[in-house]
Amino acid sequence: MFEFFKTLDRRWIFLLMLLSVAVPILLQTTFPEKASAMAQAVFDEIDKLPEGSKILLPFDFDPASEGELGPMATAFTYHCAMKKHKMYFMALWPVGPQMIDEAINKVIRPDFPELRYGVDYVNLGFKPGNEGVIRVVVTDLKELYTTDDAGTNINNIPMMQGVDSVRDCDLVINVSAGYPGNKEWVQYASTAYPGEIILVGGCTGVQAPQMYPYIPNQMKGILGAIKGAAEYEKLVMDHYPRHITNAEGDQALDPKYTEALRRMGPQLIAHLLMIVLIIGGNIIFFVERHRGMQA
Amino acid sequence: MKTETLIWTVVLVLAGAWLILRTSQGNMGLAYERLVEKQFVRVDDIAETYTDGEPTGRMIERWVPADSPEASERLPGTDTIEWTESERVAPRMFHEAEATDPQQADIRFSFRHTLGLWVAAIFTLAIFSFLYKDNPLYRLAEAVVVGVSAAYWMVVGFWTTIVPNLFGKLFPPPIKDWAMPDLPLEQGYARWLYLVPLILGIMLLWRLAPKGAWIARWPLAYIIGTTAGLRLFSHMQADFVAQINNVIIPLVEREGGVIFFWESLANITIILGVLACLVYFFFSIEHKGVFGKTARVGIWVLMITFGASFGYTVMGRIALLAIRLEFLFDDWLWLIDPAGRRLVGVATSLIMTIT
Repeated sequence: MFEFFKTLDRRWIFLLMLLSVAVPILLQTTFPEKASAMAQAVFDEIDKLPEGSKILLPFDFDPASEGELGPMATAFTYHCAMKKHKMYFMALWPVGPQMIDEAINKVIRPDFPELRYGVDYVNLGFKPGNEGVIRVVVTDLKELYTTDDAGTNINNIPMMQGVDSVRDCDLVINVSAGYPGNKEWVQYASTAYPGEIILVGGCTGVQAPQMYPYIPNQMKGILGAIKGAAEYEKLVMDHYPRHITNAEGDQALDPKYTEALRRMGPQLIAHLLMIVLIIGGNIIFFVERHRGMQA
Repeated sequence: MKTETLIWTVVLVLAGAWLILRTSQGNMGLAYERLVEKQFVRVDDIAETYTDGEPTGRMIERWVPADSPEASERLPGTDTIEWTESERVAPRMFHEAEATDPQQADIRFSFRHTLGLWVAAIFTLAIFSFLYKDNPLYRLAEAVVVGVSAAYWMVVGFWTTIVPNLFGKLFPPPIKDWAMPDLPLEQGYARWLYLVPLILGIMLLWRLAPKGAWIARWPLAYIIGTTAGLRLFSHMQADFVAQINNVIIPLVEREGGVIFFWESLANITIILGVLACLVYFFFSIEHKGVFGKTARVGIWVLMITFGASFGYTVMGRIALLAIRLEFLFDDWLWLIDPAGRRLVGVATSLIMTIT
């Protein structure tokens, strides 16, 4: 048995991992979620702003990380729309505008048809230049953004009147999958203009530990990966529930606003498997070392 | 035939037969669309803007949907624009529309969306197949991703930077006529300062020429210099000075004579952790005695940090796997339906397949 596990083909582990994620998805397994202080801080920053506040939403991610960041982008958009904030979407990643369109088509158009493009929300689109773009837009947004994503003259968009730089926004909510993203917004925006640019955000799991040292002075809060998104979704749905009639005719929370909560089921089972594998691997290591010492 | 090949052949043939059976019954992998007529009208509007508290009263042009309240409230211009958009809809909507009126043509089967769905599913499986072993299907999917990404970057870079931010500033009227009808004409003149990036850009491309590749080093030097300067400043400000500031916190959190135990413990842990890590990276003194023990604590703090990073990375990777499997099970195979997008229930669908 020991030799079997010692020489176990790694593809069996891949198969186990596949099953540990696939089975909870197929069974639609979910677990209760409790918001952490970090998710609460992010929620409070958005929630405490008065109606009509200007929110900049840079969506710096792509389809590769959509599974991790899409749910929080959806929840941020929904929360801002519920609070009737003015939403300014922009992107530093080339496929960011598609992620913005996804949020608009998923949240604003079907659930908030009263919101008008150019008056309540605008998609400024993508600009290449990474942190260089941030450096410019914190002082002169219209220098780079002469038109919105669809090519409309920026001066002809009503909600752009009076917005000359990011400093005119009340809050920046950055959803980021890497470079450029949260870190660059901290370095070139919130740290450079303390008190003028307030930053919260969400990021992938890989980035999250790098972002914690910036909290709470340089960043007010961060949602780390799908867990952070699930906690935030829970808070948003507790405060601003949106129900639909499901196939059985019952009232249920709209599933598009509980995606992250659903994805925590596979997370739990897969993490349990990881823990078992780590313990098993260590047992094999120590037994082998003990045998080597005896020999 | 090797046993491995035989097993895979049987598995693939059975899976293929199952897919064909389910697709032919209309129980998976189909996409539907609705054609939506769009009509926009131009309205002249007074900008909701103020300068120093005074309304500017400047007139601006806007395009709004023809059926929107704004179109009727304000004086519409003479210009209208119309087009037809294809909107992907849930299969449930198609079945409901068919049940109401079998002759309906509003919602229909969408070949292109279905093709996209199948390509996405097959490419997902192709990428997963690398976990078993390297194979041509995986390499094809990988090459397509790399090629499409490179081409996409080029096209996006051209239309979002070169055209509006370079040519749009240098030659505003021709660019407005050719590609960007709504490009703002800033006082109607070109900004010749933008000749500098144009020249630097041409110099950068010079490395492709057979002679004079050294010319490309000048713009590269400019890029490296400005990037280094920009990053040096930001790192000093955000990651050095601000981080020192972040660690200047009270050891004991108290308010009105009440001491907050957990907050105080967190602050003490942060300060001791930072000091221990700094000691570990201080190599001018031999790590012995109290200094060595403190450095050892620093290693533990670093290890805990790496562990947290690993845990978060695992969570991220599992989330990515989960979304791909959700896509396969929900959008493609119709085995689950968390959003209630289909009329045929999952259980019914499976029973229909079996029978």
